[in-house]
Amino acid sequence: MSRLIRMDRTGHTTVAEWTAEDGPAVEAAVAAFRAELDQGYYAVISRGEGLAEQVRQLPIDASLVILRRPIAGG
Amino acid sequence: MSLDASLTGGGLPELATVYWRPRATDRSLTRAGRLWTLTTIAHTVPFIVAATLLIALNPVTIPVALMALAHAWIIPELYASRAAGVLRRRAPAGAEAEQVALGLLGDLIDTAPRELHAGTGLVMERGQLGVWLVGEAGAVLARPGGRRVHCCCVKVTERELPSSDRIAHLLLALREDEAGFATVANLAFSGAVWRLRRRLPADMRPALSAAAEAARAPGRHLAAVGADRHHAPSGAVAG
Repeated sequence: MSRLIRMDRTGHTTVAEWTAEDGPAVEAAVAAFRAELDQGYYAVISRGEGLAEQVRQLPIDASLVILRRPIAGG
Repeated sequence: MSLDASLTGGGLPELATVYWRPRATDRSLTRAGRLWTLTTIAHTVPFIVAATLLIALNPVTIPVALMALAHAWIIPELYASRAAGVLRRRAPAGAEAEQVALGLLGDLIDTAPRELHAGTGLVMERGQLGVWLVGEAGAVLARPGGRRVHCCCVKVTERELPSSDRIAHLLLALREDEAGFATVANLAFSGAVWRLRRRLPADMRPALSAAAEAARAPGRHLAAVGADRHHAPSGAVAG
C-alpha cells in the first residue's frame, strides 16, 4: 500500500492510499496530489542514503510520498 | 545528497525566492568563512589597539580603555550568541502531534542519528559540503576539518508544526539539494566550533561535538546517516 502524507499541525495526515493495481484509488490519489500541489505543497520522495527528490507527478509505485511546505531563510 | 541538483533540473524550488544569490559552493562557503573571520578581526582589533594606546598614553584613561576592551569582547560574543540562536527550540505543539511527527522523522533517519536527536533535539546529516546539524529553525554546517561551523537561519514557512515536522521539512529540503539549501538559508555566523559550543545549551553540545568529529573524519562517523527505508523508484503517472 502506497501513501501520500502531508506534514501538518497534527504531525502528519494521510491524504491518499493506493496500490498500483487499484485504478480508482490511483485516480483519487492523483487528484489529491494535484490539489495539494495547488495549495502550495511540494512533494518529496526519499531515494535512500540521504537523498530525496522533489516530484511533480505522483509516482504510483513509491511507497511513501511526503508533502512539505516551502522553506525560507529566517 | 546532491550538490548539482540545479544542473539536472532538480534544484530546490525555493531558490526562486532568492534568485539574486549565487548558488552556494564549497568555495563560496570557504570564502564566506574567511570574510567572517576578517570582519570579526575588523570589529575587535581597533578596540584592542585603542585600549592599548590609551593606557600607554595616559593611565588616567584606563576606564575608557577597559570599555574599549569590553567592546572587543562583547561584539564576537553577540555574534556567537546569534549563532546559537539558529538551533533554539521553538514552542512544542500538542503531545499527540509531536509523537506523530517524531514517528515520521524517525522513519527518515537511521538509528544513530535518531539516538542523537532523542538526546539533543538535533539531526545530524552528512553532506558534500560538510556535516549538518538540523534543528527546528536553522542548521549548522560543520565544514570539513571540523574546526569551523556555518550557522544558517532557515525554517519552514508554516508556523504551527510540531518540532519534528519542522526538522523533517529542513531535512528533506537538504537531501533534495544541499547547495540549494545552503543558498536559501541566511548565514547568521561563521566561526570556530568552540565559539558556538560555549553558547549552546548543554544538552545540544554533544551533537555539535559529534558533527565536528564527523567532519574531521569523513566516512568514519555515522556513515549510515540518511539511510532510509522508504526508497521507492518512481513510475510516474500524470499528476
